Amino acid sequence: MKITVKLFATLRTGRFKAESREYAPGTTVAGVARELNIPREELALILINGRSAEPDSELSDGDTLSLFPPVGGG
Amino acid sequence: MGVYAGKILRVNLTTGAVATEPLPAEKAKLFLGGRGLAGRMLAEEIPAGIDPLGPENKIFFATGPLTGSAAPTGGRYMVVTKSPLNNVIASSNSGGFWGAELKFAGYDMVVVEGKAKEPVYIYVKDDTVEIRPAARFWGMQTNETVDALLAEVGDNRARVLNIGPAGEKLSLIAAVMNDRWRAAGRSGVGAVMGSKNLKAIVVRGSGKVEAANPEKYKEVTGAALKKIRENGVTGEGLPAYGTAILVNIINENGIYPTRNFQEGVFAGAEATSGETLAEKYLKKKDPCFRCPIACGRYCEVDGEEGGGPEYETIWAFGADCGVSDLPSIIKANNVCNEMGLDTISAGATIAAAMELYQRGLIKPEELDGPELVWGSGEAIIEWTRKMGRAEGFGARLALGSARLCELYGAPELSMTVKKLELPAYDPRGVMGHGLQYATANRGGCHVRGYLISPEILGSPQALDRFALEGKAEWAKIFQDLTSVIDSLGVCLFTSFPLGAQDYADLYNAATGESLTAEELLACGERIFNNERLFNLQEGYSAADDTLPRRLLAEPMPEGPTKGHVHLLDKLLPEYYRLRGWDADGVPTAEKKQALGL
Repeated sequence: MKITVKLFATLRTGRFKAESREYAPGTTVAGVARELNIPREELALILINGRSAEPDSELSDGDTLSLFPPVGGG
Repeated sequence: MGVYAGKILRVNLTTGAVATEPLPAEKAKLFLGGRGLAGRMLAEEIPAGIDPLGPENKIFFATGPLTGSAAPTGGRYMVVTKSPLNNVIASSNSGGFWGAELKFAGYDMVVVEGKAKEPVYIYVKDDTVEIRPAARFWGMQTNETVDALLAEVGDNRARVLNIGPAGEKLSLIAAVMNDRWRAAGRSGVGAVMGSKNLKAIVVRGSGKVEAANPEKYKEVTGAALKKIRENGVTGEGLPAYGTAILVNIINENGIYPTRNFQEGVFAGAEATSGETLAEKYLKKKDPCFRCPIACGRYCEVDGEEGGGPEYETIWAFGADCGVSDLPSIIKANNVCNEMGLDTISAGATIAAAMELYQRGLIKPEELDGPELVWGSGEAIIEWTRKMGRAEGFGARLALGSARLCELYGAPELSMTVKKLELPAYDPRGVMGHGLQYATANRGGCHVRGYLISPEILGSPQALDRFALEGKAEWAKIFQDLTSVIDSLGVCLFTSFPLGAQDYADLYNAATGESLTAEELLACGERIFNNERLFNLQEGYSAADDTLPRRLLAEPMPEGPTKGHVHLLDKLLPEYYRLRGWDADGVPTAEKKQALGL
């Protein structure tokens, strides 16, 4: 299945900003993070199609997955 | 008294009287300092119904107990006055170095009363306080003012707080600037200085701020510093990208207000993000006094340098005006700093003007400047300049969004609460944060209870952003804790790693008091209610605790927040109940008695 993966802030270092990537059905967010060598502690905020998700959330074909390290401000 | 200077400086510009008085110690125990203590003194000292731009208004420049101390981020101070924008109690927070310097000079706050006949500035060097002529500085922009004043006092290490042309022209969205780039931005506090013919306050101090319990203070400030450095937000995200790190996360959630809140997703977000700013325009970090976070930016574009821009500024001139050209946004930010304008209100007012133009209410022939079309970098820069000088159509913009939209018979197009322009989060996708907008004492403000933290950023715990349950209680606790932080004189960003107990530890070691975290939060509740009572006396009521109609009635048209409106009426009754307020939003007699108000 095709997933658009978007990375932000420090997660881009040595990786990419946004890519359309191919994954096996049933892949979870944690699976994508593992494949991209993103350590668990750097993965603070997960959005699937703009809605909050968890590391064990399963992805569906056509999803947009956005991954953030800890961010804040105001 | 520990970290308190123990002394207040009071200057009457009508009579020229300069006096010092002891800090009211008992009141300081109840209201802490900064926003709290100055807010209480303002409420006691000025009668209801006065003209905020008349000589009877007073303006307080107030530090907190931790300002100038060894506490990390202890450089904050507050400008407290009656707001000319909306008649509420204004309390605008700023960082930089001026507040700490005032403490070093031996004062917890400066209170300015009356009105000078001619432009003046106040020079403070420890015990020497002079009211000096400022006619030759009147009309100068911020950086020119700072350079000229430092040359006149012959001391490059003095700290300058000043207004720009916007404050002189009594723009209702004028800021008080200090240390060139830092701003006590909101509520038109710069116009109050302008109305008093007060151009600047220059301060130099030689004293120290020492804790009541120095060994304990060393221990607790060290512990706080460690938590700040180890936290992902304050130790990594903010240092690397500044507050603009928020552009992408807020946009990805579909709550990034675009074209005057007509939409919630902006195609130009990446081009105007903190990541792009760091990659292309960041020259250096620009930290405030004793700050290990250093979120302040200093950027260069086309040979033009200056402090900022912040997240809110990038949004106000960017997405809110449909502008995706970051260099134009940086330049508009520089114009705000030079003119002494609040960047949120300035950008949001131009956005409202662009919607009035889109709908044909502002006619092309009225404009003595660039066409007010969405996305125009030229428009945001040039109209901000004209707003700052109150030139031509810019004089209308200088009144702020609420009055501008009223002038064109379309008050519903003003994205304001209590006439204060809303900041960079569309409440249709964050229920708690929207409740906070509706109930913040200064009007549409994000930093009086930043519920974006739990609703979007997962800190201190993640909450479902659309859920209603528990949000009223979260809003109350965040507002009360923020009242404490603003009154202590440290930065709100410390609340990412620190909690109420950490602030109690800092306060106790600094002052020699022994408050529990609960007692400190009760001080916050007292501070918040004092402000509420001030506003009620000025004629505000429950009817004003609301949001623009668009956000309550028009579902978000697209994106991850599509189909949602803000459900304020489902949250407000519970919020009033938790606050101990009656159905009209008035604190009950029991609540007032419990808080000693």
